[in-house]
Amino acid sequence: MAKAYTPGLTVSSRVRYRARRLLPLTGRITVKVGDLVAATDVVAQTDLEGDITPMKMSNLLSCAPRDVPSLLLKPVGSAIAKDEPIAQSKGIFGMMKVTVKATASGTIESASDSTGMVMIRGAAQPVQVRAFTSGRVIEVLGSEGAVVENDVALVQGIFGIGGEAYGPIAIACARPGERLEASSIRGEHAGCILVGGARMSIDAIRRAIELGVAAIVSGGIDDADLKALLGHDLGVAITGSEKVGITLVVTEGFGDIAMAARTHALLVSHAGHAASVNGATQIRAGVMRPEIVIPLADEATGDAHAGGGATAGELSIGTSVRVIRDPWFGALGTVAALPEQPAVLGSGSKARVLEVALADGQRVVVPRANVELIAE
Amino acid sequence: MHKDPSRIKVVVATDCGSTTTKAILIECVDGVYRQTHRAEAPTTVEAPFADVTLGVTNAVTELQELSGRRLVNDDGTIVRRASPEATEGCDVYISTSSAGGGLQMMVAGVVKEMTAESAKRAALGAGAIVMDTIASNDRRRPHEQVQRIRELRPDMVLISGGTDGGDTKKVTELAELIAPAKPRPRFGGEYSLPIIFAGNRDARPAIERTFAGGGFDLKVVDNLRPTLEREHLGPARETIHDVFLEHVMAHAPGYDRLISWADAPIMPTPGAVGDILQAIAKGRGINVVGVDIGGATTDVFSVFDGSFNRTVSANLGMSYSISNVCAEAGMENVLRWVHLDMDERELRNRVKNKMIRPTTIPQTHEALVFEQAVSREALRLAYVQHKAFATELKGVQQQRTVGDAFSQQEGGRSLVSGMKLDLLVASGGVLSHAPRMEQTAAMLIDAFEPEGFTELAKDSIFMMPHLGVLATVHERAAMEVFERDCLVMLGTCIAPAGTAVAGKPVMRWSARWDGGSAEGTLMAQEMKLLRIGERAQVEVVPERGFDVGAGPGVAVKREVRGGSVGLILDGRGRALSVPGGAEGRRLVAAWAKALELHPD
Repeated sequence: MAKAYTPGLTVSSRVRYRARRLLPLTGRITVKVGDLVAATDVVAQTDLEGDITPMKMSNLLSCAPRDVPSLLLKPVGSAIAKDEPIAQSKGIFGMMKVTVKATASGTIESASDSTGMVMIRGAAQPVQVRAFTSGRVIEVLGSEGAVVENDVALVQGIFGIGGEAYGPIAIACARPGERLEASSIRGEHAGCILVGGARMSIDAIRRAIELGVAAIVSGGIDDADLKALLGHDLGVAITGSEKVGITLVVTEGFGDIAMAARTHALLVSHAGHAASVNGATQIRAGVMRPEIVIPLADEATGDAHAGGGATAGELSIGTSVRVIRDPWFGALGTVAALPEQPAVLGSGSKARVLEVALADGQRVVVPRANVELIAE
Repeated sequence: MHKDPSRIKVVVATDCGSTTTKAILIECVDGVYRQTHRAEAPTTVEAPFADVTLGVTNAVTELQELSGRRLVNDDGTIVRRASPEATEGCDVYISTSSAGGGLQMMVAGVVKEMTAESAKRAALGAGAIVMDTIASNDRRRPHEQVQRIRELRPDMVLISGGTDGGDTKKVTELAELIAPAKPRPRFGGEYSLPIIFAGNRDARPAIERTFAGGGFDLKVVDNLRPTLEREHLGPARETIHDVFLEHVMAHAPGYDRLISWADAPIMPTPGAVGDILQAIAKGRGINVVGVDIGGATTDVFSVFDGSFNRTVSANLGMSYSISNVCAEAGMENVLRWVHLDMDERELRNRVKNKMIRPTTIPQTHEALVFEQAVSREALRLAYVQHKAFATELKGVQQQRTVGDAFSQQEGGRSLVSGMKLDLLVASGGVLSHAPRMEQTAAMLIDAFEPEGFTELAKDSIFMMPHLGVLATVHERAAMEVFERDCLVMLGTCIAPAGTAVAGKPVMRWSARWDGGSAEGTLMAQEMKLLRIGERAQVEVVPERGFDVGAGPGVAVKREVRGGSVGLILDGRGRALSVPGGAEGRRLVAAWAKALELHPD
């Protein structure tokens, strides 16, 4: 067998990208098929039902639960403000009445005569979903969302933190092997998507937050720096909701590792162009990798190949690969041989392997599971 | 469906996992049921396929090619035998599933340690992942509980609370928190969230009123804790299985077809594993612990004196969750199992790289040693959680005498006992695919710290789920395949319980086996491996203060089972303590050498 399939991340100068933009629950779609939208335009919105605040009214009034509904000062369904009297006890011979004030603003949703509990429903919370990329609306998904399509340059990272961010691309590191240090970040980078090279240092991240940089994209990050930034050790790679004041995307992995030259060159070629970044990463069923999406100036026309999402490709002689595990972690090369028979590794395990001709001229044997395609 | 087990001679079983669908063929050969072939194919639940039966057909087609027996029709369905003489098809097709994240539940009970814990036990026993347990006394304020309920997206909710005839107010309050919070189900907006109520029967009318018209599908079953002294989990578990099939599975792509193909209800994978372990424990009259360590989670199952428990440690695993294992255990605890010099900062980056590229495998000896060190800690932590959960019922009224005041024994003691454990079964990549069986045995002993005599085995191809469902249609076939093909016997560990003092003896021992014999004295901190073949006659005389099952200092003479590893004598005492630093590295290296973990 001379072929094998292995996963890779998309790094493409032109791909037909479809952003499937969904509300967390059904709502109102504000666009229609054929509309042209900007990345930050709202395409769908809804109201999440407000928070519920329970009040143990029978305890507060020292009465039986069955009496609670009749002791409310406003009927169920009425609006109520925080600290406004909501219920009052009958007192003793009409004296010594106890008045209870609402602990939250909202609507009185229910008053239970079996438990004496009163529920106040807070104001609805509006939720808006933006287009994420500029382009044309090609599908409306009932009342759940819409699909926006455009031709874009697309870079998938391996890991990220923070949510969606928008801004023009700015270059901080001219070479992919250059570390991103605080000294490379300047005031003019505020609001930008900043392209680094190799590892981003914690000082650089802090400086970027201070200056209001929208996002950083670089080759690597040290685990210790990530821990210092988050304030805790990240246990599971489900990210996107961090509130650290910036979105980070790592293209290669943890440690001192340079960004792949092709990825760096692609980002550099789009310096000054508007882009969208999402740091959300989920490495479980339904894999989600962080993305940098750069809409191309000419609008989508004709046929283009589908994009978005991780790709899997064929391993064959000459394919460009990256080794993704020690002892050659991060090394780039091409497939030199694909032996059919499993081989015994240094660990003693038996596994299917391939031979990789590394860029420095070395030829090494690596388990097939430990390489990823550098996808075209 | 075949009613008569005697007519079942050929069985096809599949387990649809999140990434792989595994198929096995079981045939009755010379009157004995054996697993004859196995095959696998990628699971096809996710887009672009979005039909689980494609993966099933692919896996069974491979089974057909390997066995030479026609099993798949042209339309992809599974061929059934036309007559007992037919050489094509199978008599029964069965399946389990954990694809799409398995069964995810939220449970609620009035008192955390009592009804909520019983509800959790019912859900876990049915094969669910419990996303959260809400209880009146869980130290969260009501609005925090409501907020949490709103964040979760469970497949179903199990509510318990109150003993029959007791207070109804507390459990109704609980329902009144859940109903307006309107937890949204994982699948689609049209789906009515199933709520199973298994609490105080007197509260049923109030519960029915509370959930009426709110987009819920309420099912009322018998109270799972009818009295404080009795747990009655059966009806709740059965309803969970029914709802899993009717609602959760029915919404997963292709499952309606799969359900129509299968001759027995499709079970959640862990539920099926629990069933087979219970059957084995009952059949052999032994106490069993089973563990399945995966990339994201570790499941621990135990059957002690007939009581079954299962726990899922949601973020203890070897790839997706490897970083969490290191964070929870502490890197110093991981590194105590490593006898090589390693740079901690570099290791931390490697751990994160494994987390973000979970399918990579250790290439070097050093990487393997580190990964197996992590697995020891993942297993140890999962077992600690299991022991804390698998307890006697809490809240049971106890009569105490003056003497009890001195023993200060609390209610809710763990049912899990290292000394009573007879069989420890391992499954999951890091245990099943270790390059040497000795490494699997060592990981089990270091993590679970069995005491006395304990048999060690592994389920090398994770066949237990298939056999769990098979047990529901043909128990004898399931037991026979379990004993002959499912388990790979590693051997037996003899570990005297007591405090080991360096330089002092722990026990004297002698062993006779087919073709050999040996005897000696086991010293503290010493480990010894004897290659005994299939069985050996053993006599051990523990030193004072050490116990191998008959009491401190009491000798034991019995037969032990060997296996691909053999008889392991563990003189490290219990609880196991591994010093850090150079002394620890020296000891760990000595143990590795004694057990031949890393030859050369």
